[in-house]
Amino acid sequence: MANYLPFEEPISLIEEEILKAKEIGANSGVSTSKMVKDLEKKLKTTTEDIFKNLTPWQRVQLSRHPDRPYTLDYINAITGGDFVELHGDRNVKDDKAMVGGFGTVDGQSIMFVGQQKGINTKMRQYRNFGMPNPEGYRKAMRLFRLAEKFNKPIVTFIDTPGAFPGLEAEERGQGEAIARNIYEMMNLKVPVICIIIGEGASGGALGIGVGDKVVMLENSWYSVISPENCSTILWRSWDYKEQAAEALKLTSTDMKALKIVDEVIKEPIGGAHRFKEEAFENVKKSILKNLTKLQKMDPDKRCEKRINKFCEMGVYKGK
Amino acid sequence: MGWFTRKKEGISTSTADKKETPEGLWYKCPKCKAVITTEEHKSNLHVCAVCNHHERISASDYFELLFDSTKGTEFARGITAADPLEFKDTKNYVDRIKSVQEKTGLKDAIRVAHGKMDGDVIVIAAMDFRFIGGSMGSVVGEKIARAIDKAIELEAPLIIISKSGGARMMEAGLSLMQMAKTSAKLNQLSEAKLPYISLLTDPTTGGVTASFAMLGDVNIAEPNALIAFAGPRVVKETIGRDLPEGFQYSEFVLEHGFLDLIVDRKDLKSKMSQLLRMLKLEKAQKEEE
Ligand SMILES: [Zn+2]
Repeated sequence: MANYLPFEEPISLIEEEILKAKEIGANSGVSTSKMVKDLEKKLKTTTEDIFKNLTPWQRVQLSRHPDRPYTLDYINAITGGDFVELHGDRNVKDDKAMVGGFGTVDGQSIMFVGQQKGINTKMRQYRNFGMPNPEGYRKAMRLFRLAEKFNKPIVTFIDTPGAFPGLEAEERGQGEAIARNIYEMMNLKVPVICIIIGEGASGGALGIGVGDKVVMLENSWYSVISPENCSTILWRSWDYKEQAAEALKLTSTDMKALKIVDEVIKEPIGGAHRFKEEAFENVKKSILKNLTKLQKMDPDKRCEKRINKFCEMGVYKGK
Repeated sequence: MGWFTRKKEGISTSTADKKETPEGLWYKCPKCKAVITTEEHKSNLHVCAVCNHHERISASDYFELLFDSTKGTEFARGITAADPLEFKDTKNYVDRIKSVQEKTGLKDAIRVAHGKMDGDVIVIAAMDFRFIGGSMGSVVGEKIARAIDKAIELEAPLIIISKSGGARMMEAGLSLMQMAKTSAKLNQLSEAKLPYISLLTDPTTGGVTASFAMLGDVNIAEPNALIAFAGPRVVKETIGRDLPEGFQYSEFVLEHGFLDLIVDRKDLKSKMSQLLRMLKLEKAQKEEE
């Protein structure tokens, strides 16, 4: 069963009508094909209307849509299943909220790393809701180094509500783990592409988010805090999350305008969750296009350019 | 000047203001409740003589503490916050900035200066908690970037004194990127083989902990400073039970392997000079070869 967000309800209703019309046609022998066709047209325009004018908060909701593809969905689709997952940080444990491994795309090997969310209650807990512990970030760095050793490009998929704020996470240095990754990623000698596919919350996202190209899916968000937590802190109430989502300028359009991300990948109208194959294809195309360009550069020049890009971020007055 | 109102709350003041402190004013330690004169408290570097509680002090206090004779030469003073997001919560960000500037006399949550420490050239970036909780936005990021440029220019070591609630929400994604920016700049400092001492003071949390504060060649903390990624309140909510004694304070963080040492405020200058002397000694020998 598909899941629908409140603002997707009109879509849900038409889809139901279409199913009913088809059923009637099949059971009664009366032709409903014209009716189905009209309904499908209506479905298309309704979907377009809804998706043309999404508010920032609606995009946040879409980024968390339960049917939205997660990291391993992208990896499996893009590699056609030619992917070997690698585990563990060689230190403490294997963090299930961070996945990674080698896969091939169009005959070349790529190191894929990303936060992984679960598809049902049990798996959501198993994946710790996509919130890595320090081990997750250290596992990611181990895999980055492995890729660097064998001169393979790196693609990260970012989808996290944040780094896990637990007791053991603090004991084992969540701050240090993220800081180290940000610092070390600047100097990885292979091409690095980071793609925000869902939620890009704060340091937990940035911990695998330093790349030559940072790319956002259209209906993802990226910011220093979630709209809910921002609302709680600044408005002292959970109720201002919509305003907070507006104020934070966290959509792909805003982030591109602020030059924090380099590119926005269009999603099919209706969202990545409704037309997954198309979303996978768009992401794959973007990866290949960017890799072709990045692989032509001298590794030291590429690092220098990456460092300079981040050095220039920020807006201030005076000198 | 807002420093007067702050003074009444027992938060540290600039030297100029302290001279105006009326005689007979008392300081009560919030930790052990011991009472001493503010004069004595000041001569103790705002550290409780009874329980060693280190009171929060300002950027200029650290300059005074660490630089020889003068307070060093402050630079990049004209950099102030813009409002690229036109951020508004219950208050406009521009109004918030303006009122905090007026209240504290500070431009933003960090000051950068170069000068001499025990005779050697040094660059110091010191955060100030009074400015929106020492939060890091574009100004903090840019001033750290300038401090690193200055260290490279002067071939001098860098000390960053962290004291921050984390990234500044009102600059959202841009604040987040200051974590990347400062880390990128530290790569350049490292490339120049110049030492970076990170001094973590109470409190150092969030995006500052998850970037430059944890990236020192040497990480030093003042005693009993809160050092965390997620703050204690958030962690407590996550785990649903009380936190262990001392959780996320300097001694705890050192025991878990994330600090090189804890140094009392009165010993900071000599300890850092000693360390830098050792780092430099090796370099000098190489040059002689
Ligand atoms: Zn005391």
